[in-house]
Amino acid sequence: MSEIAVAESLAETQYQEPQPRRSRRRHLSGALRLLPYVVIAVYVLIALTGPLLVDYDPLSTSVTDRLLSPGSVKGDGSTAWLGTDSVGRDVLAQVVLGARTSVIIAVLTVLVSCVLGLGLGLLAGYLGGWPDTAVARSIDILVAFPGILLAIVIAGLFRPGYLTVIVALAVGGWIGFARVVRGVAMSLRERDWVDAARVMAVARIRIVTRHVLPFVVGPVVAMATLEFALIVLAEAGLSFLGIGLPPTAVSWGQTVAGGKEYLETAWWISAFPGLALAGLVISVGLVGDQLTARYGGRRR
Amino acid sequence: MTAGLVISDLRVTFGGRGGLLRRSEPPVAAVDGVSLRVGPRETVAVVGESGSGKTTVARSIVGLVTPEAGTITYDDTVLGPMRTRPPHVQRAIQMVFQDPRSSLNPRMTAGAILREAWHTHPAVAPKGDWKQATRELLAEVGLDPTVAGRRPSALSGGQCQRVSIARALAVRPRLLVCDEAVSALDVSVQAQILRLLVDLKSERDLAIVFISHDLGVVRQIADRIAVMRSGELVEEATAEDLFTNPRHPYTQMLLDAALDLEGVES
Repeated sequence: MSEIAVAESLAETQYQEPQPRRSRRRHLSGALRLLPYVVIAVYVLIALTGPLLVDYDPLSTSVTDRLLSPGSVKGDGSTAWLGTDSVGRDVLAQVVLGARTSVIIAVLTVLVSCVLGLGLGLLAGYLGGWPDTAVARSIDILVAFPGILLAIVIAGLFRPGYLTVIVALAVGGWIGFARVVRGVAMSLRERDWVDAARVMAVARIRIVTRHVLPFVVGPVVAMATLEFALIVLAEAGLSFLGIGLPPTAVSWGQTVAGGKEYLETAWWISAFPGLALAGLVISVGLVGDQLTARYGGRRR
Repeated sequence: MTAGLVISDLRVTFGGRGGLLRRSEPPVAAVDGVSLRVGPRETVAVVGESGSGKTTVARSIVGLVTPEAGTITYDDTVLGPMRTRPPHVQRAIQMVFQDPRSSLNPRMTAGAILREAWHTHPAVAPKGDWKQATRELLAEVGLDPTVAGRRPSALSGGQCQRVSIARALAVRPRLLVCDEAVSALDVSVQAQILRLLVDLKSERDLAIVFISHDLGVVRQIADRIAVMRSGELVEEATAEDLFTNPRHPYTQMLLDAALDLEGVES
């Protein structure tokens, strides 16, 4: 909080004599509420500018620099602020570039899942009948498998790469969106303004886009943030297992996996990417909770 | 050719669809063998208690409900679901809903709601300035031009119902189906909306199907009255006949109930 803001909040507590304590607390919680947004902004910024910030080649190893502790000076004179891994690669660089991988994959997967879930959910919820039955049964079948197991199978079947990971995660990702959208669309279908549009013989596609879709956006955005957090975790999980992304990619999951044999002697290899992962997932989750509180329950 | 709306032997059932794992239950008939004629420029009221099937008749006319049996024709064109009707028939029959607020999309301004009607039916869209046409249409239903820029949440119930009527008028209908169109409004607003409907009827040569449970309201507007009970039409007569000389005991009962209420109020 800047000095001006502090001064303002103090001034306000003085003027609002009756409940000074309450007012101060509200300001504090207001600032705390913004914290996850700030954290996410930092992650996104790092993801966008990563390659400019650090110079890192996953294939270039240096045996003399292996397992250096955080803050050590490497052979080439530079400082390894977060230490180095078992083949002498910089951990900070891996954390920075891992953010890029995580954010890119999560954004694309959420986008694909969202479009798919929105389309199928609207189709099922608004039309009802056999399209609804088809979508609802497909969801039932997919839900019968654990999502991560399905992702592991799909990622294992195809050549490692970004596309494989996105497809593998989106296969389970759209379900959440489709369920939420289907539910909202089903209730909106019965609304008078939708009936009024039908009586006016407004084209179906227009009824869906103008009279149903706008009311689905809130819950979908809330859903998207929660899904984003889950996908960041799932991607790290796949990478930890060594499937999905090729070994040349930089991913938090891979770095964590690389450090698992040195947990006692070189804790920093696994700890820092793990912390970076936790920070992002928790922040996104907090934002998601706020959005869900605002949009999730209210279905107009 | 028979001009106007002809409903013959309409039967509408709900439920009863058996699923794969559910045993099918017998369907419930909401409307069972109703026949009714509404000529041009005629106002026919359909009255009855809740659950008598009067709203289902209204929804069948505008194609929101698919009948099990029987036919509805307008100027000898058989009416199916709204999407299957030829455009001029789609325009000919429009509806005003019971709940003034929820029949308007809360995210759209009144102006956008009217423009959607024209967008859907370019044949009756104003040739020149849509803004001017919107103002004129709003003025016709007694609304200020500034209403065009407002959303339903910023309008009163009566204003919402006027917008709803304006939306129906935008496509130049011949027949207006009013489903309990005034029953959600205050008594004073009710009277204003009724007067508006009466005025529009003569200015625009409209026929009206007026669904209501309120005989007092019906008396002010209807030429003919059809009384429904448990999905069947029990009596149909001109307004004057029905009020002075009800033949069916159920009609008699409804009238007595209405008179009792009037007596209590005054």
